[in-house]
Amino acid sequence: MGSARAETGDLITAREAGLVACRRCGQVHWRGTQVCLRCDGALQSRDEKSLQKVWAWLIAGIVAFFPANIYPMLLTNTLIERSESTILGGVVELMNYGNYGIAGIVFVASIVIPVGKFLAIGYLAVSVHRKDRKRMHQRHRLYEVVEFIGRWSMIDVFVVAILSALVQLNAIASINPGIAAVSFALSVVFTMLSAQSFDPRLIWDADRKDTP
Amino acid sequence: MSLPPLEDLVACHQCDTLHAARTIGNRHIATCVRCHATLQSSRPTALVSVLALASTAFILMIAAISFPFLDLDIQGNYNATSVIGAILAFNTGRGVPLAIAVAFFIIILPLMRLYAIIYAIGPLARGVEPRKYARQMFGLAETLRPWSMAEIFMVGVAVALVKVAGLANVTIGPAFWAFAALVVITVISDQLIDRYTVWEALEQKLAT
Repeated sequence: MGSARAETGDLITAREAGLVACRRCGQVHWRGTQVCLRCDGALQSRDEKSLQKVWAWLIAGIVAFFPANIYPMLLTNTLIERSESTILGGVVELMNYGNYGIAGIVFVASIVIPVGKFLAIGYLAVSVHRKDRKRMHQRHRLYEVVEFIGRWSMIDVFVVAILSALVQLNAIASINPGIAAVSFALSVVFTMLSAQSFDPRLIWDADRKDTP
Repeated sequence: MSLPPLEDLVACHQCDTLHAARTIGNRHIATCVRCHATLQSSRPTALVSVLALASTAFILMIAAISFPFLDLDIQGNYNATSVIGAILAFNTGRGVPLAIAVAFFIIILPLMRLYAIIYAIGPLARGVEPRKYARQMFGLAETLRPWSMAEIFMVGVAVALVKVAGLANVTIGPAFWAFAALVVITVISDQLIDRYTVWEALEQKLAT
């Protein structure tokens, strides 16, 4: 596959050529076509409302992230005690038992990745608003990383599910999910939707002449 | 400005740059000249492998749901759980929506996705005419990709095992191995599949 113009300085986009491209299968159509002839997907030259949706989902994700960290994730009942642990509390507990590797995985998946995603998506959206022409490759890379990594934050929700299903020994020991599991799952889903709403073609449009 | 016929053009799905489509050799990868996203990769017999792997994963998923997943034993007190049990863990009061969501993420969506892939690619691999709605089904499989989280569930299980390891004896059931194999097979099948080739094949078969 070669470029439509041989020299890299002379690339044109589908939009500039008066065409509209399908994001799913790559097929191009004349502008104004609504549905892709190849894969039957909806066609949109640029998602005009992309940034609005990105911000809306992102804010929802951040809002849900607070109760996820304040309220307990796990409710543990044993013969001697009843304890509640938050996400961070669970990490500290794992470290106290010497499981540094697993503590690291949970910490990265439940705290570092969500917070990193909020910052990264916010930065990408702001840079598109400002029509930033710098570091396009790096920003595109960042977008790909965010899209790939976001789902992995769900680990902690699944840990809670497995633990609560497994440790049900009536009086001796039982583990039950706390309300934070719900808000955490919501936060992850909202941020995934935010990342999916972002149209990466907007990053590359900054150094293009405005074509209607 | 004159353009070649539209069928001979490909636009990058990430940055919209136009490229002229060419047939690429086996085991070659075509990338976008501007943003370096992969446009097309070509492997011989990929479709047949994908079909075989997806079918295997589908059967393993049925096994993973049916058999016991993990058994827990604390000084004679015994509790067993299946994958379904892990979903029902949230099934109390405010947890019900979460139970439904987890069911979708780890069982229903992966199964739907595997079925959609088998449905769309099956006839292509055999070289016959695609089924009706094959394009919609493959599109569905693509949409579901980020939402099918079987592999993430497996990592979650590993973390949970470490957490209870000090507390109790945990026995690993057949469903655990079925699920683990399923995850590996799904990842390999996703690596092999080349979207561009599938869409092109679905379109050509449809036209003739």
